[in-house]
Amino acid sequence: MKVLRSFWSGLKRGSLPVYSLLAVVFLLTPIFYTIVFSFNKSLRRNTVWNSFTFDNWTHICARQDLCNAVGNSIMISLISTLIATALGTALAIALVRYRFKFRSAVNFALFLPMATPEIVMGAGLAGLFFNAGVGPGFVPTVIAHVMFCLSFVVVTVKARVQTLDPALEEAGRDLYANPSQVFWKITFPLLLPGVLSAALLSFALSFDDFIITYFNSGSVNTFPKFIYVAAKGGVPAQANVIASSVFLLAIIIVLATQISGHFKRKRLQHVK
Amino acid sequence: MAFAAFGSSAPTTQGQTKSGRVVLALLLPGLIYLVLFFVIPLVSLVLTSLEAPAASGKIGEYVPGFDIGNYSYVVTKYWPQIARSFGFAFLATIISLLISYPLAYFIGVKARSRPMLQRMLVTLVIAPFFISFLLRTIAWKQLLADHSPIMEWAHQVGLLSPSQSFIGSEAAVVFGLVYNFIPFMTLPLYTSLERLDIRFLEAGSDLYASPAKVFRKITLPLSMPGIISGTLLTFIPIAGDYVNASRDFLGSSNTSMIGTMVDADFLQNRNYPAASAMSVVLMGIILILVTWYVRKSGTEDLL
Repeated sequence: MKVLRSFWSGLKRGSLPVYSLLAVVFLLTPIFYTIVFSFNKSLRRNTVWNSFTFDNWTHICARQDLCNAVGNSIMISLISTLIATALGTALAIALVRYRFKFRSAVNFALFLPMATPEIVMGAGLAGLFFNAGVGPGFVPTVIAHVMFCLSFVVVTVKARVQTLDPALEEAGRDLYANPSQVFWKITFPLLLPGVLSAALLSFALSFDDFIITYFNSGSVNTFPKFIYVAAKGGVPAQANVIASSVFLLAIIIVLATQISGHFKRKRLQHVK
Repeated sequence: MAFAAFGSSAPTTQGQTKSGRVVLALLLPGLIYLVLFFVIPLVSLVLTSLEAPAASGKIGEYVPGFDIGNYSYVVTKYWPQIARSFGFAFLATIISLLISYPLAYFIGVKARSRPMLQRMLVTLVIAPFFISFLLRTIAWKQLLADHSPIMEWAHQVGLLSPSQSFIGSEAAVVFGLVYNFIPFMTLPLYTSLERLDIRFLEAGSDLYASPAKVFRKITLPLSMPGIISGTLLTFIPIAGDYVNASRDFLGSSNTSMIGTMVDADFLQNRNYPAASAMSVVLMGIILILVTWYVRKSGTEDLL
């Protein structure tokens, strides 16, 4: 511990926690701002604080186009998440559990989309659809979203598969379970936390995506597209309401899983 | 977790005989998808970048060809945007690394003895992912707008001259990029620092190494995988971003980046060859830089 305490000799003790606190405050400032301004009584522009009101929260769909955009975003994200999670989980299992000829090539190929800027992927897909005579719209957007979520799903699920003990599946086989029983009764439940966090990540990426969507969605509006276009003239406070509620919901889910995990571990320690 | 998983572990081989078909069934759907919607679009991007205007001369109509001219056109016309994109990306990546490292060190090493605090901090670092990055960027635009309290203060203290505004400047764009990409830097740094064995540090100081030397010889090399994936996860998307630089967000018409031009050429001017050539240039420079960087840092097996 002596080393840690004198880490970065010039700094006084305690400055690292203070620094970290400041850094976290910096990260959270715009979030706080966005939530506060969801309660602002504003006209078209929501840039100056007027007075406190719940109106924006009770009249979320005052801007019908905003609600439609959010509806589209939810649909696109749900469908893309389902497809990307299924494809990505299968890939992750194959990559960790089996040895095959082009394994490292496949690994590399799956890394590439993450090393590709959104603008390149977006323009490439839009060009492909254009050349194929398919106009931009809902389906091209979903296809594009699945594509950029896929690699992130693979990486997340792979990390989970790597922690699985193959002995558990062997035990299942020794007890005469058939392969599908082994998968659904042992492998899948053990993988589930990884699959769920991959799905969550994928939903978050898809819901918040702007650049790729902008190139491939044509006349289909999404929540980020709505904000981008509205940024010119002024974003209505209802957009803050929607972003704030998505944020609070996500934070509650994360905190709940963490707290329940914390108590589960505590209980297990007691049993020991 | 997600960001540290680039490494490949030793595969557990089992039932190799009939596993062939299973592997194929698991791999094929994903790989076909990858080829159809990643490889082919990239190839088509390269082909489009070589197309020539159609004889009809109509806007938006092009014929396949081998017109290298698109490249010389975009490079001569858009070199300021190219330079700015990579300049911003270098600066923002380095600043993010400097800001993130102490934070990740605190969460990953110092907070280790208090798991509840550690998990809380990780949640707070990823919290920005759960709220629209466009709205967060607009929030900064308003917080740092000309007559905001922060800017009034900056003018009073003399950080900015009375006539200067912050929003619209290149500094504002870099600020926004740093802000938006700090979590992408902090997370991989945290995952590699979290696994750092403290006993190595103790051994270092027992052998009379100064704290600075312990950091340079032990902590830094052991956290290299985190630094590499963090810098890649930050640098690449920043080079392609153009939202922060947009005049409706933190930039102005003087801060346009490569993405701005691709957007304009593709969606407004319908000059698909130029937009494609620009994308290929961006992708090409990134691939060269990344290959060089990964070779140089000796972490090829990380990919």
